[in-house]
Amino acid sequence: MTPVWEIAALSLKVSLWAVACSLPVGIACAWVLARCRFPGKILLDGLVHLPLVTPPVVVGYLLLIVLGRNGWLGRLFHDWFGVTFTFTWRGAAVAAAVMAFPLMVRAIRLGIESVDRRLEEAARTLGATPARSLFTVTLPLAAPGLLTGALLAFARCLGEFGATITFVSNVPGQTRTLPLAIYTLLQTPEGETAAAWLAGISLALAIVALAASELAARAVRKRLN
Amino acid sequence: MLKIDARRKLADFEWRGRLEIRPGITALFGQSGAGKTSLVNMVAGLLTPDEGEIAIGGTCVFSRREGVNLPPERRPVGVVFQDGRLFPHLSVRGNLQYGRRRGARSAPVFKEVVELLELQALLHRRPMSLSGGEQQRVAIGRALLTAPDVLLLDEPLAGLDGERRGEVLNFLERLKRDSDRIIVYVTHRIEEVVRLADRLVLIDRGVVRSSGEPQELLGRPELQASIGQQSAGALLRCRIEEVDDGDGLSRLSCSGHTILLPRLDLPQDADIVLQVRAGDVSLSLEPPRQSSVLNVMSGTVERVVPEDGALADVVVNVGQTLWARVTRRSVRELGLSTGVRVYATIKAASLYSAN
Repeated sequence: MTPVWEIAALSLKVSLWAVACSLPVGIACAWVLARCRFPGKILLDGLVHLPLVTPPVVVGYLLLIVLGRNGWLGRLFHDWFGVTFTFTWRGAAVAAAVMAFPLMVRAIRLGIESVDRRLEEAARTLGATPARSLFTVTLPLAAPGLLTGALLAFARCLGEFGATITFVSNVPGQTRTLPLAIYTLLQTPEGETAAAWLAGISLALAIVALAASELAARAVRKRLN
Repeated sequence: MLKIDARRKLADFEWRGRLEIRPGITALFGQSGAGKTSLVNMVAGLLTPDEGEIAIGGTCVFSRREGVNLPPERRPVGVVFQDGRLFPHLSVRGNLQYGRRRGARSAPVFKEVVELLELQALLHRRPMSLSGGEQQRVAIGRALLTAPDVLLLDEPLAGLDGERRGEVLNFLERLKRDSDRIIVYVTHRIEEVVRLADRLVLIDRGVVRSSGEPQELLGRPELQASIGQQSAGALLRCRIEEVDDGDGLSRLSCSGHTILLPRLDLPQDADIVLQVRAGDVSLSLEPPRQSSVLNVMSGTVERVVPEDGALADVVVNVGQTLWARVTRRSVRELGLSTGVRVYATIKAASLYSAN
């Protein structure tokens, strides 16, 4: 079995990359859902929320079809960028990102919706393009929502199991994150003590994430008022 | 020149006003819900008309026919909103510097605007920590710094109490100095119109009732309904003859009449405009004797305008036009009709300068 700290470090790496890469997409989605009106918006809304209501195993299977070595997107990534997802930590990050995406978008969307649109109008009358208004008014004011979204997603990524094991399997040092390691240990005789250790680490990480989220949200709110 | 000829369906009526606004301060006056704010939003590009055209100084910013609809950021228009709308996450300095210059005129110097509005001490503060009046001063400065060809002020004093109102009004008066800018001032308060406006446009349910010189317009009987009961009244042009007569009263001359009112802190011989509310004027057929009322003006009834219910407005020519709101019973009992000679009395305590 890989050392405990290596498993935790892998989990952190996977989760951080998952959040970092999905955050821009999440913000874009949340903004579109919060501020735009167009036909098919319900469809987008449904699509974003799909991972929340679909069995994780099914999400993993779909990822395998699309991003697997023979999937159309997977092959494209492999041929163009030399990036493979199957059996790698990158694949684990993708699985975690997809599963955490609905939570992230929800929180950010609420944050954006709480920003007074009249302030955006004021920005426009001061010569700001819609993009400048978004980056200088909307997003800074939605910062508490952004923060909550990112941290919720991060916590969700740390706990990702079903989609990960289906999509990228259980490869030590690559895709064996904390939940997968705990699962594996529980399958082996005398693995229970180590499993308890890992469970403890998982709990500690979750608590730290929650505390950090609360402190950061407080700091941001203080700055805004 | 700001030209507006647009139609737009609003909640319960259609805006279909046509307007041509010249440089200087033009007051848009009307009851709440008359469509004033909608007009401001259409000019600023925040509300799209259904039809028509809007042009600023020869540049078309909206035309349904030609398919032109410039976004707000490309119109040379600055807006001061009723609720200020300062950015809470930026300091006062950050708010002031947020704007981008558009339009033809060169940008004003930051320092000059800050000095004009006396914002030096506030630059590092957050908007939330400012008083309502201070917030509006920052909002005005922020709009001015974008060097707009058209400055729209949408009831900028509406959220302020009397004292703050006066404070911001003083600063707004300074705007009169650059007379080549088109300033549209939306309000439903006559005092503000009289103090600031070079021209007045009366708006009622999406149409322009009338437009012209404020004093002339406010005295017109047929427009009283648009002006509204509360503010109905006349504006009298007067000259200060004596600032303090020893009793704390200022003596004014007004078309040959003498008017006394609580001391005005204005120089002697200054020309001022007095606002006389119709409800503060009473009429009698003989000069009142042994009355506490100091101001009596003789004149003739020009016409009687019956109001709803028990009231009627009597237009009296005292050299200028004066309005008296009396009961219909008084009209009947005194036999008030065109040509009747009357004495209009006005309590000194009810008078104040609209300047």
